[in-house]
Amino acid sequence: MSGADLRDLYQQVIMDHNKKPRNFRDMADANHLAHGNNPLCGDTLVVYVKLNGDVIEDVSFQGSGCAISVASASLMTEALKGKTIAEADAIYQQMHEQMTGGEVDMATLGKLEVLGGVREFPARVKCATLSWHTMHSAMESDADGQVTTE
Amino acid sequence: MSDLDIQAIRKDFPILDQEIYGFPLAYLDNAATSQKPVQVIDAVADYYREDNANVHRGVHRLSQRATDAYEGARSKVRDFVSAQSDKEIVFVRGATEAINLVAHSFVRPMLHAGDEILISHMEHHANIVPWQMLCDQVGAKLVVIPMTEKGELDLTTFDDLLTSKTKIMAVGQVSNALGTINPVKMMTEKAHAKGIPVLIDGAQAVPHMPADVQDLDCDFYVFSGHKMFAPTGIGALYGKQAILEEMVPWQGGGDMILSVSFEKTLYNELPYKFEAGTPNISGAIGLGAAIDYMQSVGIAELAAYEHELLMYATAQVGGLEGLRIIGTSDQKASVLSFMIDGVHPHDVGTIFDQQGVAIRTGHHCAQPVMQFFGIPATARASFAFYNTMDEVDALVGAIQKVQELFA
Repeated sequence: MSGADLRDLYQQVIMDHNKKPRNFRDMADANHLAHGNNPLCGDTLVVYVKLNGDVIEDVSFQGSGCAISVASASLMTEALKGKTIAEADAIYQQMHEQMTGGEVDMATLGKLEVLGGVREFPARVKCATLSWHTMHSAMESDADGQVTTE
Repeated sequence: MSDLDIQAIRKDFPILDQEIYGFPLAYLDNAATSQKPVQVIDAVADYYREDNANVHRGVHRLSQRATDAYEGARSKVRDFVSAQSDKEIVFVRGATEAINLVAHSFVRPMLHAGDEILISHMEHHANIVPWQMLCDQVGAKLVVIPMTEKGELDLTTFDDLLTSKTKIMAVGQVSNALGTINPVKMMTEKAHAKGIPVLIDGAQAVPHMPADVQDLDCDFYVFSGHKMFAPTGIGALYGKQAILEEMVPWQGGGDMILSVSFEKTLYNELPYKFEAGTPNISGAIGLGAAIDYMQSVGIAELAAYEHELLMYATAQVGGLEGLRIIGTSDQKASVLSFMIDGVHPHDVGTIFDQQGVAIRTGHHCAQPVMQFFGIPATARASFAFYNTMDEVDALVGAIQKVQELFA
């Protein structure tokens, strides 16, 4: 039995985003934010979003975690910046499909495709999805990070 | 080198003989749970094949055999920890349940607002949370013995932490996250000098060294079977008989009573007073078989061999660049916790797994230890007497693979 290739998981793009995460900063004028944490592994992060109308004008994050979790958050901020809420939702759905083994639309996923290798490592899927769930919570919260549920 | 025939020992542990992703399995996660020898697996299976019945009840033959086997296991535990009487051995699910039992039945009835419970900074969550819950209930205070950068208890202020308000001191004999062996005998002496009862969490000690409750003179000693080659879901609480006699029961139900009416229930004698409901009979029998197995290998011999393994691993791993060992006491058992520079422990765990090397990554249920060192998690290799020097080499190879990938 041979395992999934580590190079599928730790692709160059992922290693690069882990070493130099993009949009890794605080955001003073964020109007949405949320805290995410995975109590099992101790990963914690904050996702900041600045919405202008229905456009994501800026998105950033801070925190600590494994390479998969940091790279996924970094790639997420790149993918979502400048997108409308509807477009961001579509990307979020596609990420979900990719992680759960569903049909994916490569055009919507774009660069996020590099995270597809995580699927072969079930114990690590949560590392890749933490930032996305946190982003989702941020969109439903206000600037104090209070998640609003209707 | 050790006189143990490790290859013969490994044949007793069938699970070890397998490949993971084409590599021989190197099982180095023994502090999480240990593997089971065929002698234990067979004892459990034979019980279900030949003797299964409820204990302490039936007059029929099977019930008698099941009772004899269950009580025989209790005697083995008594002998294993050098207790004076079988009455001092209570079967529980594990160390966690034993600590909760003592918290509920011994400490809670005498704990008042302003009282103190003394633990240490390097406890497993199982020896923190039950006491914290108790403190919250009555307004008592959890006091913590500090630790040093080497991962040893800092006992410079220890005498001052033992006060007239301290109702119990509960400390681990061996740290699961760091491997440090704590000077619990000396600490027990000092606590007793001030009339403070002592519980020792032996969960990480019993697989690696002889346990002697009379030598330690502790009031309570707790451990889990699954970390010492027995099944999960069984463990033991040792308590001094005079103390157990005075304690209120823990859970109510069958087997812990002498007689029940709606007006009054008379509780059973020790240790049955603390064993409500049908117990984990097969687990206890498995624990007895694990004790037999360890004694047949020789506990002093396995301890000596594991010490060689740990010394070798510490030298090999410690010699690598870009790596920091967490927990550097001179007095250690089984555990090698480490951080690889620039690599999160979870990435380490995944890459190790791909080389067939099974370790634990995470906070090891000891988050205060992680907070002390300012890290979210560690990678932890932990050894048992069936591990080999070759497996240590596989560990070193896996570390080098991580460093290569993350270079």
